[in-house]
Amino acid sequence: MEQTKVIVGLGSCGIAAGAKKVYNKIKALKETKDLGFELKKTSCIGMCYREPLVEVVDDSGSYLYGDIDEEKAIEIIEKHINQHDPVREYIIHSDMFETEDDEYLKDQVKIVLRNCGYIDPENIEEYEARNGYRAIKKIAGQRISRMDIIQIILSSGIRGRGGGGFPTGLKWKFAYDSKADDKYIICNADEGDPGAFMDRSVLEGDPHSVLEGMIIGAYAIEANGGVIYCRAEYPLAIKRLTIAIEQARAKGYLGKNILGIDGFNFDIYIKEGAGAFVCGEETALIASVEGERGMPRKRPPFPASSGLWKKPTNINNVETFANIPWIIMNGAEAYAKYGTEKSKGTKVFALAGKIKRSGLVEVPMGISIRDVIFKLGGGIRGNKKFKAVQMGGPSGGCIPEYLADTIVDYDSVNATGAIMGSGGMVVMDEDTCMVDIAKFFLDFTQKESCGKCTFCRIGTKRMLEILTRITEGKGEMSDIEKLEELAYEIKDNSLCGLGQTAPNPVLTTIKYFRDEYEAHIRDKKCPAKVCKSLLTYEVDPEKCTGCTVCARNCPADAIDGEKKEVHFIRQEDCIKCGMCYTKCKFDAIKLS
Amino acid sequence: MKDTIIKILGQFPQNNRGSLIPLLQKVQNLEGYISSDAIHAISTHLRVSRSTIYGVSSFYSQFRFNPPGRNSIKICLGTACHVQGGDFLLNALSLEIGIKPGETTEDKRFDLERVACLGCCALAPVMMINNNIHSRMSVIKLREILNRYA
Repeated sequence: MEQTKVIVGLGSCGIAAGAKKVYNKIKALKETKDLGFELKKTSCIGMCYREPLVEVVDDSGSYLYGDIDEEKAIEIIEKHINQHDPVREYIIHSDMFETEDDEYLKDQVKIVLRNCGYIDPENIEEYEARNGYRAIKKIAGQRISRMDIIQIILSSGIRGRGGGGFPTGLKWKFAYDSKADDKYIICNADEGDPGAFMDRSVLEGDPHSVLEGMIIGAYAIEANGGVIYCRAEYPLAIKRLTIAIEQARAKGYLGKNILGIDGFNFDIYIKEGAGAFVCGEETALIASVEGERGMPRKRPPFPASSGLWKKPTNINNVETFANIPWIIMNGAEAYAKYGTEKSKGTKVFALAGKIKRSGLVEVPMGISIRDVIFKLGGGIRGNKKFKAVQMGGPSGGCIPEYLADTIVDYDSVNATGAIMGSGGMVVMDEDTCMVDIAKFFLDFTQKESCGKCTFCRIGTKRMLEILTRITEGKGEMSDIEKLEELAYEIKDNSLCGLGQTAPNPVLTTIKYFRDEYEAHIRDKKCPAKVCKSLLTYEVDPEKCTGCTVCARNCPADAIDGEKKEVHFIRQEDCIKCGMCYTKCKFDAIKLS
Repeated sequence: MKDTIIKILGQFPQNNRGSLIPLLQKVQNLEGYISSDAIHAISTHLRVSRSTIYGVSSFYSQFRFNPPGRNSIKICLGTACHVQGGDFLLNALSLEIGIKPGETTEDKRFDLERVACLGCCALAPVMMINNNIHSRMSVIKLREILNRYA
């Protein structure tokens, strides 16, 4: 009989939701009562909407408990562990019976996320026990040649998962073909797109898969130096990577003559980003590693011939590297079996926004956006109407409801004006204002523009000014044309991806939601009731009962009124936060 | 020059341009900010001009040039947080502690910054105080959470 295991999910999301408290509670119970189960840690399994998560694996099977707090944890230990009676009402997934949440998992194909949520990321042996470091051992054992590895990656059809979509095998081939004494391989973990968090999750949940991918890449292109450029905003990812690198060194996966391959010397160090979105662009990233301002430069020369310290350099994204060991182990054909003609394999999407089940899903390319949102994601929260989905972050665009049957592959998503990007999907409902969203992204790109190209530096600023005045009800009808004109100039005259794509959120919202722009300009109205300057909150004297809830919750203390008397909002102090509107039980706050 | 800075400099080779950013990060980790004294010392150590160091450090949003508060609040204004009311939260927070992003309260209890995304989009809106992420935030929870940080 195997010992019962209790596994707590301790990724960033889980910890934020209170998983550490749950872990400590269970630990205390185990110690004080001397209970005979094994307590383990893992990372994110992708079901962020159910955090904190606790899994119990016993003789009968596995049971995943969701939305767990300390009290529920006590109950689970008492009933499930001590009395062998699983607490059915908290179970969200089990191999013993079906649950509502199965829909979230059913259509997923886990290649990148194969270990996330299943292993303790701080324990290399758990990674090894699930085929970890077997791909690099296979290469060493069977003496697979460098060209053969590159050919496997080429045949698998995998394209860069950071957003560019450039064939990975081709990138490796270019780096291999550049001859030099020193070569570098860089993992781009500067996941900057707001709304995307798959790289964080992989680094926190399965750091060794990324290291192994890098080691294979290093062998294939003959690199001897490795760098992981990771965002400083991800402290837990950096901590777990640091541990993983030390463990890999101790086991001889990094260092000199790795796995007995004569002359294969390779090591990796972590470079923390310092907060600049543009550093996700590969030449800016290289400049940043070299200690410069992170500004992109003209290509060619491409990094494959002259990159870090002017040496041939290959840069891939976290998710791309995490795929590599699986492809080596299972073969190019097994990978290419998934996906569409030009986009092979799977893609991880980060579901967020107004969706019922938010979190990470990994699906084969070719699935429709509608299926991802409605079948896996369970549809829109609060039974509101689905309006659009934002894909590709600040470089992407908003895909409207009527195009939701678009399939996810690089070319189909591009055709809508959005991009696949790193895989963030932020779902928007009828309460989201599309002009406000366009303004939000322009505000972001305008702040993050490095300032090198005039059109990006000044053009985004002008676009932001126009959008701001539209949301304030001061726009003119000619503003829409001005926005479009500026957008095309910026796209055509910027050096790097940031500028070339910055106008996309504006162009797609004008294309699909022109009526909302017109409502702001012509009628001075925000149909979604978001743009603050166009809104006023007032108390309906007929409905107000004087319960004082609004006044007590108003963060600006802008509501006056005595108990049991009609209240009044002082417009000059109102910050339009909507708190009174959400709090009023009598529907007495009017929004106009 | 402060002992801490001398100690940090000792860990980095001289004249090595590539260690500029890690060095600045280390200084900020220990000192809380980049002082003009620190820039001077780094300049001599790496043989890089002070204007270059200031140019590099001011390019990155991570570096600050004035002393931080005892508790650092980072409010997330990523897409998911934005659509779930992240800027309402920022407004309310600003009102509550009386400072705008980039500033420190007079009693040095809090400093406030906005960040582009903390990667906890599924639990939006979120904010980070020191290294703790507070999820599914609302204006109502704000006061109680702030009270935990003296």
